[in-house]
Amino acid sequence: MPDTTHTILIVDDEPAIRRFLAPFLEAEGYGVIEAATGRDALAASQDADVILLDLGLPDLDGEAVLQALPPWNRARVIVLSVRGREQDKVRALDLGASDYLTKPFGLAELAARIRALLRREGTAGQEPPSQYVFGDLAIDLAGHGVRRDGVEVHLTPTEFKLLAFLVRHADKVVTHGQLLKEVWGRHSQGQEHYVRIHIHKLRQKIEPDPARPRHLHTETGVGYRFVTMAS
Amino acid sequence: MRDTDKRPDPDALLDMVRREEEQKHRGQLRIFLGMAPGVGKTYAMLEAARLKMADGENLLAGIVETHGRQDTEALLYNMPALPRQRIEYKGHILEEFDLNAVLLKRPALVLVDELAHTNAPGCRHPKRWQDVEELLENGLDVWTTLNVQHLESLNDIVAQITGVRVRETVPDAVLERANSVILVDLPPEDLRQRLTEGKVYLPRQAEWAGENFFRQGNLNALRELALRQTASRVNTEVLVYRKGHAIETTWPTAERILVCVGPSPSSATLVRAAKRLADGLQASWQALYIQQQAEGAPTARALSNLHLAQELGAQTHVLTGPDVARLIVEFARQHNVTRIVIGKPLGRSFFDIFRGSPVDRLVRESGEIDVHVIKGQDPGNAPRQPPVRRARSFPWREYAAAGGIVAVATGICFAMYPYFELANLIMVYLVGVMAASVWLSRRVSMAASAVTVLAFDFCFVPPRFSMAVSDVAYLVTFIVMLLVALVLSAMASRIKGQADSAAKLEQQASDLSDLSRDLATTRGADNLVAAARRHIARVFGATVFVLLPSPAGKLEHVFLAEDEETLADKDLGVAQWVFDNGKPAGLTTQTLAESDALYLPLPGTEATLGVVGLTPENADALDALELPDRRRLLDAVIQQTALALDVDRLEERAKATLLAAEREKLRAALLSTVTHDFKTPLAAIAGSAESLLALGDTAASAVRRSLEENIVQEASRLERLVDNLLRIAALESGSAAPDIKLIPLEEVIGSALDRLKPLLAGHAVRLEIPGDLPPIPMDEVLMEQVLLNLIENAAKHTPPGTEIVLSAAVGDGVARIGISDNGPGLPSGDPEKLFERFQRGDRTTTAGYGLGLAICRAVVKAHGGTITAGPTARAGASFVITLPLYA
Repeated sequence: MPDTTHTILIVDDEPAIRRFLAPFLEAEGYGVIEAATGRDALAASQDADVILLDLGLPDLDGEAVLQALPPWNRARVIVLSVRGREQDKVRALDLGASDYLTKPFGLAELAARIRALLRREGTAGQEPPSQYVFGDLAIDLAGHGVRRDGVEVHLTPTEFKLLAFLVRHADKVVTHGQLLKEVWGRHSQGQEHYVRIHIHKLRQKIEPDPARPRHLHTETGVGYRFVTMAS
Repeated sequence: MRDTDKRPDPDALLDMVRREEEQKHRGQLRIFLGMAPGVGKTYAMLEAARLKMADGENLLAGIVETHGRQDTEALLYNMPALPRQRIEYKGHILEEFDLNAVLLKRPALVLVDELAHTNAPGCRHPKRWQDVEELLENGLDVWTTLNVQHLESLNDIVAQITGVRVRETVPDAVLERANSVILVDLPPEDLRQRLTEGKVYLPRQAEWAGENFFRQGNLNALRELALRQTASRVNTEVLVYRKGHAIETTWPTAERILVCVGPSPSSATLVRAAKRLADGLQASWQALYIQQQAEGAPTARALSNLHLAQELGAQTHVLTGPDVARLIVEFARQHNVTRIVIGKPLGRSFFDIFRGSPVDRLVRESGEIDVHVIKGQDPGNAPRQPPVRRARSFPWREYAAAGGIVAVATGICFAMYPYFELANLIMVYLVGVMAASVWLSRRVSMAASAVTVLAFDFCFVPPRFSMAVSDVAYLVTFIVMLLVALVLSAMASRIKGQADSAAKLEQQASDLSDLSRDLATTRGADNLVAAARRHIARVFGATVFVLLPSPAGKLEHVFLAEDEETLADKDLGVAQWVFDNGKPAGLTTQTLAESDALYLPLPGTEATLGVVGLTPENADALDALELPDRRRLLDAVIQQTALALDVDRLEERAKATLLAAEREKLRAALLSTVTHDFKTPLAAIAGSAESLLALGDTAASAVRRSLEENIVQEASRLERLVDNLLRIAALESGSAAPDIKLIPLEEVIGSALDRLKPLLAGHAVRLEIPGDLPPIPMDEVLMEQVLLNLIENAAKHTPPGTEIVLSAAVGDGVARIGISDNGPGLPSGDPEKLFERFQRGDRTTTAGYGLGLAICRAVVKAHGGTITAGPTARAGASFVITLPLYA
């Protein structure tokens, strides 16, 4: 379903990358703007709904570009990078980027991430719902209730806060640092094992098969992602 | 300052810790102690060894003297025994214990009979107990036998009792450090019985004089000595136990004993007495020799007495000055000495009548310090003056100078005589005496004093030109004049002596500070060694060589004087031993004393750093090395050198660590660069192919073509990348030396442009190559890679439509190849940095600069050329390669 209402900005200094992204995204029905440098990207960012940002740019570093964007604009950024190092991804995400993909990446994956981002954007202006249903999982944020297959699941307050934050940022990567800050407060930096332990318990409670989670996915070395649609 | 504090002495505790630490690595020593030959020590040792053998202990009979006794030999049956080493000495073949063989075999336990034995010349150590020490230090357990009369401190007593002086002695420390002592006892009656049965082997020396030694009374006394020695050892063990376990008890106050030795042989007795006193009081002790003349060195006899004290465990010192008593008291107070041991004076000198003998004055001035005055014994059969006195020539020159001074004074007096009174002439003579005392030695100046009085009498006192005196009053004048002259000369000599010793100290201090200044400003082991060698050679008058080890611990790097050849194998062997054992050897030491150099280890914090060897240039330099204060100076110099070497070594290590860290960082950067350079084309290829699939037939043919081209181009980019990586690896490993031939440049440029055709589609390429350009020596494959990389960079980093200019020219013996463009120019920063491999790191990425330029530089360097980057006149980027035309 062509979606010409949205425009995507491709920021990459490699012509070879832009050369295949542009026709693909156009075929998906998006409007496409290209930028080879950080400055061009910043100039064009106002017109874009989604920004695909390469971290290695000749003039400005990708992170510098992220920081130069106004905070509400950063949420529209999907980072594309060859940087395999997890701390680079974490840094970009902590700076406010919405998602990341490591080159080389699959185009279907990219399309899915863009759709998820646009979906969140679409609901951005509205009052966030307090009731969520994902398959057999029903979450009532206002009522602090979680049901699996209609059965009430008992969660500790910490577990619930964790789940609520992930659900509010569904389909988006949330870093360990962000979770710590949100759930445990800003003085708990570096205590990543808190997060791991509670996610483990949470999975035991809401996932039928904790080793192969349907919703609570691990982004190794980066954080977690709550996937709304079980694939 | 007596230490009346009852707390456990921290020094004692430290000593215990050190002892225990040493014990862990040291072998265990067991001594079978007997009162006399024939009590059955060897038999007892072998019997115990057989028991051990039955337990499966890996033991070795290093050397066992059976003296043909059958029952003893029976015990040796089946016991692994070491063949003796045969040493030729003055035409005789001597059999000795083979230390090296044992160290190689490394048994758990070695039996070494007769600890007091003196080795044949040519063995490593002069004494067998030193062999045993080395075995222990190498962690081997040793059992040995010893007769009580061989103990150094009992030497005098045994000689007193038996009338036989034993020459082979063992330091008491050996017995003190033994882990266990087993007393092999036999009633004297039984021993005499065995003697008459011929079961006791007697050495053939006259001193044993058979029967005489084995008198019942002697044996009883010796037996008592042996029993006492063992008992006092047991007492020591109890003390050690108490100290370590801090049982509440009275602690012996910390006593310090000072023994004053002189050149007389009786001083040896004094030293032994002090040692016994120190042992009894559990005190530390020091030996002091006071040299009264400022000039010259201590006599050989005094040195040997000091040596003896050192062997018995004392610290030794030499002081110079005329006032013996004052120096002793000062030294004693400085060192917190509680008891002074001094010999009874044998005679009185003229001055003693007025001032009291040194001993009297010592007793008077010593205050709270106890003074033990001990009768010097045994002076009868030895001359009072040392027989080995340094041959010092009679100081003719000094006497002549003194005569000259008196003559000059007399001359002046003759000139004055008609005009002045006699009293004034006396003053002139006294000035002469002063001059003599300042310039000449004390003895000469005193002689000059006497001659002055005679000259005055002869020349001026009426009747003139006769020794007769007309007026008796002149006799008083003479006496007063002589006394004034003597006092003057004594005072002047003393001042001179003090000035001399101050100058000597000053010299030592300045030598040391010179060295430390030199070492502080020097870097690198070679230079440090050179500086140290220079100093030691200058200060000690010796040829100096230094040996430093290889990493494997073998001494390899030898620093010799320019005019010297290599070291002999024998000297290397000594040096290696010093290095391995961390102890001095050679000249003036107890180990390998026959060699003609003194070898000293350079002690480092972790291990011995090397060995310094000194070959004294003449006899004086050799004598100086024996002096305790010179040795201390040498030790200080060696310490400083070792410290400097140690610091240098640690710095080197820190540098190496830093380098390794840098290399690690580079490797990480390489990984990151390679990741980037590989993944980008891979992503493009995969993405394009996926796009093609996703778009399917709906795609416009132009889009389709663009995607297909993208795949082809990126694939060839990947190929070039792989090429580059392989080449850089080959160049780095040295397996690819450039294959240089004369190649026309346009051939290489043409081929490169051909390969880059798709990439260059949007760019204009202009060639500025003169038609008469000669062929240039190069490796065409490698240079094509360089041009490929440079042109690819130019194409990739400039917008389409940019002009790329390739130019070439020849001049000044080099060919210049330029690649320039009129694009946006080089990134800001030092252009030279572009060539540094992976300099770009992982933050400021400009795709493709990473490997490409690094390989360009590597290749051009391998050709002996240069490559530089800079801006062009048109604000673009320009790269210039120069290649030498003639190799």
